[in-house]
Parts: sequence; C-alpha cells; structure tokens
Amino acid sequence: MTKRLCIHGLVAAGLLASVAVPASAADTITVASWGGTYQEAETKAFFDPTAKDLGITIKQDTTNGLDDVRLQVTGNAVKWDITELGADECARGSKEGLFEKLDYNVIDKSGINPKLVHDDWVGISYTSVVLIYRTDVFGDKGPKTWADFWDVQKFPGRRALSGSQATETLSVAALAKGIPIDKVYPVDIDGALQSVDKVKGHIDAWWTSGAQAMQLVKDGEVDMASIWNGRAGTLKKSGAPVSFSFDQGVLTADCMVIPKGSKNKDIAMKALAKFVSPDLQANLPLYVDNGPANEKAFETGKIPPERIKDINSAPENVKKQVLQDPAFWRDTLVEATEKFNNLIQQ
Amino acid sequence: MSIVSASLDHAGGPDGALNGDALNADARREARGLFALLSPGLFLVFAVIIVPIGWLFWLSLFDESGQLSAANYARFFEQASYIKTFVTTFKVAFIVTGACVLFGYPLAYMLSQLPRRAASICLIFVILPFWTSVLVRTYAWLVILQRKGLVNTWLMDLGVIGQPLPLANNFAGVVIGMTHIMLPFLVLPLYASMKTIDVDCLRAGMNLGASPAATFRQIFFPLSLPGLASGVVIVFVLCLGFFVTPALMGGGKVIMWAMRMEQTTSLYSNWGAGAALGVVLLAVTLALLGLFHWLLGARATGVWSRR
Repeated sequence: MTKRLCIHGLVAAGLLASVAVPASAADTITVASWGGTYQEAETKAFFDPTAKDLGITIKQDTTNGLDDVRLQVTGNAVKWDITELGADECARGSKEGLFEKLDYNVIDKSGINPKLVHDDWVGISYTSVVLIYRTDVFGDKGPKTWADFWDVQKFPGRRALSGSQATETLSVAALAKGIPIDKVYPVDIDGALQSVDKVKGHIDAWWTSGAQAMQLVKDGEVDMASIWNGRAGTLKKSGAPVSFSFDQGVLTADCMVIPKGSKNKDIAMKALAKFVSPDLQANLPLYVDNGPANEKAFETGKIPPERIKDINSAPENVKKQVLQDPAFWRDTLVEATEKFNNLIQQ
Repeated sequence: MSIVSASLDHAGGPDGALNGDALNADARREARGLFALLSPGLFLVFAVIIVPIGWLFWLSLFDESGQLSAANYARFFEQASYIKTFVTTFKVAFIVTGACVLFGYPLAYMLSQLPRRAASICLIFVILPFWTSVLVRTYAWLVILQRKGLVNTWLMDLGVIGQPLPLANNFAGVVIGMTHIMLPFLVLPLYASMKTIDVDCLRAGMNLGASPAATFRQIFFPLSLPGLASGVVIVFVLCLGFFVTPALMGGGKVIMWAMRMEQTTSLYSNWGAGAALGVVLLAVTLALLGLFHWLLGARATGVWSRR
C-alpha cells in the first residue's frame, strides 16, 4: 500500500515536473531523413527550432527509405523515433503495421491535405516531378507539356525519365496521353504503360537518383528530362541553361512516421506536432525548394510574397499539378513496377 | 613431428602391426590438434557465412503473407525482366572478363619481364586506382565518355567523328568502366604467378632451338595458366555482383543482378523476394566455380602430361 502510494506520488511528481518545466535536455530523440541539402534545410526549419522549444536534443541520421524502417522494426532494433519517407512508402508501411499510431490531440492536422493525414503517418513536405529542358538547345520554345516530351518529331533530342520511380513515370505517361490533371488518378496502369512504350525507344537514360537526373541535364547528356523540382531549382541557380515550370507537374508528398517500438514515442509525438505546425512549416521554403505540406504556412506571413510563386505547394501552383495518390500506389505499386520494369528492359 | 618420431622409434622394428597402430594413433592425434587450431576460423566462417546464407535461403521460401511458397522463385519466370537481368549480368561478366584478359595479360607479362625496380614502379600505377573509390572512378569515366565528355569533344574537334559516339549510359559504358575497375584483380594474381615461372625453363627451351614465340607459347603461357585462371575467376565472380558502375554508367538500360536485388528488396515487403535473388546468384556462381575447377583441373593435367 505504501509502496503503491509512493509510486503514485512519483508519477504525480513526474507529471508535475513535465508540466512545470520543459522536458529535461536529457530527453533525446533521433530523426532520420534523406540527408543532403534537404536535411540541412529541415534542420534549420524544423529540428533546431523544435529542439529549442521543447528543450530536447534532436539527433539525426539518414535513411534509405522503407526497407530501413522494416529492418529496424522487424529486427526489434528501432533506433529512430521519427523518420521521413515517401508518401507511398508510408501507405505501404502502414499496411504492414510498421508505425506507431499518431495522436491527433497532440498533432494539429488542420491545413494538411486529408489525403496525407492518416492514423500512423502525416505529410511533411512536397516534391514535384517537373519537365526540364535545356534552353541552349530549344531556346524558350522547348517542350512545355508531357505530350511535347513524347512528341519526338516536333522536339527531337535526347531524353531521360525516371527508371526507379515507376509511380512518377507512369503519372507523367498518363499526362502525355492528354489525360487532364484531375483525371490522372486512379492511373490506368496499362494505358500508362502503353504510353511509356511509345516513347521508350527515344529514352537515352532511365535515371535512378536525383543526383543522376541532375548530372544528365547539367552535362548536356540529355536535352530534356523529368526531374525533381529541388534538383531543377539547384541547376537553374547554378546558372545552367535550363527551363522548367510547375505546369503538369506531379506533386509527390513526403511524410513522417514514428517507427513501431520507438522508445521516445511521446516526445517524438510532440516534436512531430511542431514539425507540421504552420509556423515551422513556413520555414522550410526559406531554405529549400520543397514546399510545406501544411497550407496554413502560406498564411503565416513568414514567406515573402515573391518567394511564394516559386513554391510547388503554393495554392496557385497546386492547381497546375497532379497530386500523386499514396493510397492508390499502396495497392498497385508492386504489380505496376514489375510491369514497368518488364517494359523498359525489353 | 610426432609422425617422424613415431616412425623413427619403430623403424625397422619386428612388430609391423604395432608400428602401424602407433603411426595411426599419432596421425589421429595430429589431426585432432590441427582441427583444434582450425576451429576458431571454422567457427567464424560458420557463424558469419554459413548461418546467414542458410537463413537467407530459409527466408526466400516465404511469400508476403508469411506462407511457405515458391512465389519468390516463380517470379523469375513470370516476369520477363528477371531473365533479361540475369542474361545481362552474365553477358557483362563474360565480356568484362574477356576484356580484362585481353588487356591484363600483356600488362602482367610486361611487368614480369621488367627489372624489379621498374616493375615495382609500374605496379604502383596498377594498384593506385585500386585505392581510389569505385564511385569516384565511375564518375570520372562518365566525365570522359559522355556525349559532351572529353573523348567525344576531342574527336569532334579533330574532325574524326561528326556525331558524338554513344559511350556512356549504355552497355559500352558499363563494360569500359567495369574493365578498368576489374583489371587489377586480374593483373595482380597473374603477375605473381608469372614471377614464379622458372627462367631456366625458358632458357632450356631456347637452348633446344625453340623460337621466342614457340618458347612463349609452349612453356611460358601454359605455366602462367594457373595465375590466369585465378584472376579470371576473381574478376568473373566480382562482376556478377557488381552494383555501382552499371548503376551509373548503364543509364538505367543495363540492369544487373545486384541492382535488381536492391530494387526487389525495397519493392516487396518480405525479405524473401530479395533473398531468392541472392540464393539464385549464389547457386549459379557456385555451379560456375565448380565448372571452372573441373575445366582447369583437366587443363592442368594436360599441361603436366605435355611436359
């Protein structure tokens, strides 16, 4: 009895302490993301302000994606408290039960597209797949739509598409058939594959990483390509003769999860709530071209108006693009990817 | 040593059976001693190679719902791209190994004939790229070979070609890049074996009236074959599992088995899908090694009988 009282007392004291003062600095969580300039931007936009606000230490690591999380969770060796993934990976991992449930009493989901708000994962930022072309080859009369990209007579030249992201290439292939942006999803996979088949013989490289896509365009190995907007922006800023726009872009979301078995679940939940808050979300486009997932970020006044038009998830730009549907790919990815591989390797 | 002492004690003794027993007992004791010495190494091999491979094989037998099934293997036949990848992998490995022999044999021969000092300096040039990251070397090849790379720019400026040659982001690029990376693996064992060839054998041949070409063909070349064989086996097996260079130089059009493993591992939720690829590659590699061994065994006997 006294023992129980004692425990109650301790718990109460602990609760009081956690309410009265910020969590002690000894509280440490580990967050994994994709590394590179993107993670540096996240550090400045999300991680540092959150660590300061909550009085915790945020350690960082880098991830290769869903298989890393699967390895940690199924191997009972979870070392991350929060990790970033692509939205279709979140949808698949959720189906496999790899993540902790999120507490939306702690995390405020308002402002985030409902398609990116789920029991165990939440959207964090957007990347766009855009069409880039070299202006030293085409001037300003380059291919502007995916139908142009597919039109090898009107726009002769070397081409690259993503060979590793079947989801993205199939989405742009659907656009190339003339399907309007709001009708692309659910993707008619066989139709999209037929579309890929038409352009396949004219593709000089199927890129497998963002860096490779950038290198192919930068060195003039190809004259036009599908590319992630962050990489396209970097190319343009470095002075490369390129042009791209968000017209017919494919908006793909990134998401964050708490891997199942995280030892600091509660602090991770609080940190995640901070990451998706409009205030910190508005920081992200100040450092990198990946747009915030929370559209309320654009109402904070933190983002300069002239910057807003360059952000892929700004309401004006969202209207021009297809939003990739993670739930669709959760159920079709394996089959679609195998068919896609069969096609491009023929 | 114990065998020697045992045989000395009983040498020429009247009791032959007793002698034999003692010898056998000694031999057994020695075998046990040797086994005890070997056991830490054997244990390590067992723990870090045999067990994981066994586990990999075990995993490959389960499908995504965790049921025992052959789905992971059936996939290779259902999806055309796996067979294609498999064929590509062996095609690349054969061609790269061939190119390595073509370039590596003369190089190793030259090195073996140079004075020791000059040979050491030249060897440094062979080994130096060996110490540079594969990634760096592959990117360097990309800079050299791509459409607006060094080779094409020079050749176009000199008017040798009108259109850039397709050297990167295709099969040719993969072969060039991999040959460069694999060359030391062939040259080093080959050079080592060429250095052990007894010069007196060559002299004897010449002395008996063989021309330099005949001496090379009938004496030097056969004696260098074991070194060549080990080089070829190392290069071939390394090629089968190569990832970085084909991934960067192939432009996504040359998909090798290791790249496929990476893809499959992240695509499927069960480890078995990727594990099955590993099992197949291992089995085929072992079968090929067996074939090599058998062929070379026959070859070596041929050499001996000719001598």
